[in-house]
Amino acid sequence: MCGVCGCGEGETRLEPVGQPHRHNHGVHSHALRDDPAERAHLVSVEQDILSKNDALAAHNREHFNSHRVLALNLVSSPGAGKTTLLVETLARLVPDTTVAVIEGDQETSADADRIRATGAPAIQVNTGKGCHLDAAMIDQAFGQLHFHDGILFIENVGNLVCPAGFDLGEDHKVVIASVTEGEDKPLKYPNMFAAAGLMLVSKVDLLPHLDVDVDLLIANARRVNPGIAVIQVSAKTGEGLERWLRWVGGAVDMVGATA
Amino acid sequence: MHEVALCNSLVGLIQDQQRQRGFRRVNRVIVEVGVLGHVDPHALDFAFDVESKDSPAEGAVLEIREIEGRAWCMDCSNLVTILKRGDPCPGCGGFAMIVEQGDELRLKELEVI
Repeated sequence: MCGVCGCGEGETRLEPVGQPHRHNHGVHSHALRDDPAERAHLVSVEQDILSKNDALAAHNREHFNSHRVLALNLVSSPGAGKTTLLVETLARLVPDTTVAVIEGDQETSADADRIRATGAPAIQVNTGKGCHLDAAMIDQAFGQLHFHDGILFIENVGNLVCPAGFDLGEDHKVVIASVTEGEDKPLKYPNMFAAAGLMLVSKVDLLPHLDVDVDLLIANARRVNPGIAVIQVSAKTGEGLERWLRWVGGAVDMVGATA
Repeated sequence: MHEVALCNSLVGLIQDQQRQRGFRRVNRVIVEVGVLGHVDPHALDFAFDVESKDSPAEGAVLEIREIEGRAWCMDCSNLVTILKRGDPCPGCGGFAMIVEQGDELRLKELEVI
């Protein structure tokens, strides 16, 4: 690459500044070094790298608020039981409460099919290569739902890393940690547990068969997020689901309260 | 590998800056990354090389400046430095920590021609 003008990438040549010199595209001369346009200089930007996502998330948040929608972003590792828990939750809400679901998965519409079987409208977003939902996907999906005055459940891609960084405009992130995952998940993936307002400890019906210490799991979650609420649930036996629904009801009451 | 998505956003910001400021190319990209955040600097560097292809930042050096983690300890009312989330307060050993700094992910400066 020419050290003066940057042409001819990969063909480094140094020649006296201001002198005509030969490139593979012919002979030309450069301005002298004191031409400010030819000098490398620093420009200050100071922009968050996720600023575009954050702006769209803020738009989604306003959109949800003006439509009186409570939006919950459900996040967990793959296999923690998000969909099963959501199906059991919807079974208790439909038809008295207006609900809708946006399902995020890399591939297949299997989860949306399970949700629709409960009678709740669902839109599947396949992220393809992507490992998380972003605010633009939610904006598009919410536009298709024509949804208002109800609860929107967003089931994120099973992943405890990336979804922590991408605000979707939700009111709360709800992290689901199953008892089979062990006690140290909150310490291994602290950003997600720090970002969540509620942790649902799922599959507690399995506890008699496991050596896991649930109190330690909860203590670890509170180490990274002292204010996190915790509810122990089992989608299989129904244990804890009433408490979870009461928490959701409380969150519904808060919609628009801060607007 | 959400670092790929992050670098995609980063390159988008650089392209916006090029439209606004009209520089020809970028030599150096200076970003601030908080140590308590969800970004791995090595993965970010690798992803940047891939995502900056055919952009004004192709071949640019990605300079990552780490921002240390600071948290407010609710037990002893001190602002302290922590290396990672879930670490105890170095003063009193408590865990009632509110993170104040260390989540940053910011494009700070560009060195351009």
